[in-house]
Amino acid sequence: MSRKIDVSLITAKVAELFARANTELRPDVLEALRELYEKESIPNAKSMLGVLVENAGMAGKEKIAICQDTGISVVFLEIGMDVRLSGGSLKEAVDRGVEKAYSDNFFRMSVVPDPVLRENTGGNTPAVVHTDIVEGDGIAITVMPKGFGSENKGKIAMMNPTSRPEDIVAFCVGAVRDAGPDACPPYALGIGVGGTMETCALAAKKALLRPVSSVNPAPHLARLEKEIKQKTNSLGIGVMGLGGGSTVMGVCVEALPTHIAGLPVAVNVSCHALRSASGEI
Amino acid sequence: MSKKITMPLTEKTIESLKAGDEVLLSGVIYTARDQAHKRMCEMLDKGESLPVPLAGEVLYYCGPAPRGKRIIGSCGPTTSGRMDPFTEPLLENGLKGMIGKGRRSSGVAGSIRRNKAVYFVTAGGAGAYLSAKVVSCECVAFEDLAAEAIYKLKIEEFPAIVAIDSKGDNIYDKY
Repeated sequence: MSRKIDVSLITAKVAELFARANTELRPDVLEALRELYEKESIPNAKSMLGVLVENAGMAGKEKIAICQDTGISVVFLEIGMDVRLSGGSLKEAVDRGVEKAYSDNFFRMSVVPDPVLRENTGGNTPAVVHTDIVEGDGIAITVMPKGFGSENKGKIAMMNPTSRPEDIVAFCVGAVRDAGPDACPPYALGIGVGGTMETCALAAKKALLRPVSSVNPAPHLARLEKEIKQKTNSLGIGVMGLGGGSTVMGVCVEALPTHIAGLPVAVNVSCHALRSASGEI
Repeated sequence: MSKKITMPLTEKTIESLKAGDEVLLSGVIYTARDQAHKRMCEMLDKGESLPVPLAGEVLYYCGPAPRGKRIIGSCGPTTSGRMDPFTEPLLENGLKGMIGKGRRSSGVAGSIRRNKAVYFVTAGGAGAYLSAKVVSCECVAFEDLAAEAIYKLKIEEFPAIVAIDSKGDNIYDKY
């Protein structure tokens, strides 16, 4: 039995989720910032963390964007194989939802359809859509407005298969060292290990959807997360580059099967305003 | 304790500011980010005058969110480093201050020192909080660039930190 779903429901849900993601900071992220605030010993950095917590409160209360960079609109869809979509194109339904959220809520339109000509579409579209077909008759939607100051700091390496865990750690720590204070630390790091060049980068992005303080259940990956977090927090960058140990608030590593000849590693850097929201139809 | 600073910045004020100082800025500043910088430098190359005379002024690297029913939308700083290739000509033309986030190139740092200017950083990712420090906002040039246009902002007690002072001292030197 198939379940018929009109794509207008997807438009409405995408609009609702982007409105929420851009104005209400994720509870796990807010909690991580509060913990850093409690622990911070450098006065400048502590007052900056206080501002970030206050900013999240103001944005949620006044329903305005947490950050003016409301990002490029990334959408993850998990569509049940028993769903039959009707009423138009899926891609257009998602884009209409993005346009609605961004115009209704006065979010900044930051997308240019052509990277060379660079004319703004004025609707923050097209969205970046990743679709998986899964079991069932529902649709799970996760939206992620991704700011580009931090996106610019992402890195990928096609490492040798004989590389050791410490080489993976060194590459990831190097990415944060290169990002320095520029991309709004404390950062969250999504790290993909394995796969192919493109799936590794996607795994890194998806890792940012995990609760920021969560730990990978596989002990060898949890060790990587812990070491990367310790080493990046010893770089001395700190909140907004003001020094101290609050450079990275969370590290999430996701692994994928790969080829005997390679070991791709991708780091997707997020600023402290790590935003996403999920819902179902 | 933050120093209260009023724009326009005088030579004396600039000289008194030291890297690491926390300040509260009040007065008029102008937003400009990537495309506005590129255009201004192209105009200078052609010998044209700028739509906003920059002598003595402060630029804020910011592309605000639309205002809606507010004075301004969320309006935090963008990454300053992307403006580095365009900054020296503006400093040579009298720009006295910049507000953004993150590091500057050694070329820009040198030009800040030579031209007795100052570079401030403010709270990145705190655009909602900073919008409450803006008391007026008006588009004054490059309107077609929308969020990337030049907006004249009047700010009151806008929090910032001196990142590079007029002597060339730099809070980011440790990197």
